[in-house]
Amino acid sequence: MRRFADLHLKPSLEDLGQVRRMITKSAELGFQMVGLSLPSKIGIGEVGRLGKICGDAGVELISRVDLAPRGRRELLNDLRRLRRRFEIVNVYCTSKIVARQAAKDRRVDLLSFPVAKFPKVFFDRAEAELASSALACLEIDMQPLLSLRGFARIRLLSVLRREVAVAKRLKVPIVFSSGATDTRFLRKPQDFASLGMLFDVGLPLALDALSETPLMIVERNRQKLSPDYVASGVRVVRRRDCCLSG
Amino acid sequence: MKRRYLAVSAESNEPIQGKEVLDAVRNALTQLFGEYGASQAELALIRNNKQKHYFVLRCSRRALPMVRASTASLTEVNEKPAVIHVLRVSGTLKALRKKTVSAKLT
Repeated sequence: MRRFADLHLKPSLEDLGQVRRMITKSAELGFQMVGLSLPSKIGIGEVGRLGKICGDAGVELISRVDLAPRGRRELLNDLRRLRRRFEIVNVYCTSKIVARQAAKDRRVDLLSFPVAKFPKVFFDRAEAELASSALACLEIDMQPLLSLRGFARIRLLSVLRREVAVAKRLKVPIVFSSGATDTRFLRKPQDFASLGMLFDVGLPLALDALSETPLMIVERNRQKLSPDYVASGVRVVRRRDCCLSG
Repeated sequence: MKRRYLAVSAESNEPIQGKEVLDAVRNALTQLFGEYGASQAELALIRNNKQKHYFVLRCSRRALPMVRASTASLTEVNEKPAVIHVLRVSGTLKALRKKTVSAKLT
């Protein structure tokens, strides 16, 4: 049976009641893992408290940070500072320079793009080529699709369709997330997957975007963050006292 | 013509009628897929369980993905904030009832 992950919940962390409601609702709807967008300066205690809320609801917590750097240097500094503290790193690309740097940096897991900057589309062929070789994924949030109406939604669908076509052509994995700030914007995984048809993502690919791809990213990063990780394909299997040291 | 039956639940703070759900799904279908798409769906309300807040809709099999997408896109029903979740989909009412009973939805 498929396991589903929603990598992007955006509740206000000051309102723990709302956090609890959203996590419980996600669990009820059939998600096994939820990613909470956390502030970069969050303490270990607070993450533990959120983990406990998730544990009570029967879902796994994925710690995630959203970076929205203004320039290349700021992005590199943020990555250096935060990469080892969070399981998922998403970069919100507000300019082409940031988008290019994020796409070629292997420390970045997810790329997301502003929906309001049309007709500027940063996720073009060159961007996708870089992302494809650096194993970054294109993240699509569903909340704007549910909250926008009329021409704004038409424009959003047009941008998404173009981005998805480029991603498919260059084999950049796609991740669907709710991006929900409220329980009103949470749906079952199958319902999110069905929304994919609005921008030419077929059901099998849409289901992968909610299960296989996010789970693969989380597993890969958890391996990298484990103390046994040495390098890609190399890990510590067993530790013993060194016979030469005595 | 092959059909599909969908058990859907309405989640709202205010009471919602089956007719309102049907109209909301129809409107969403027309907004997203136009009149041509909506005409393919052949959408109808089959059952209305007000107490348990769930309804049974019928559509053509060909239009099922469109109907699911339209249902998922709803955030309000008759200007009342609401979310519609598809509980089960089946090819016959009998099988739908069995599935919903086994999932303790009735």
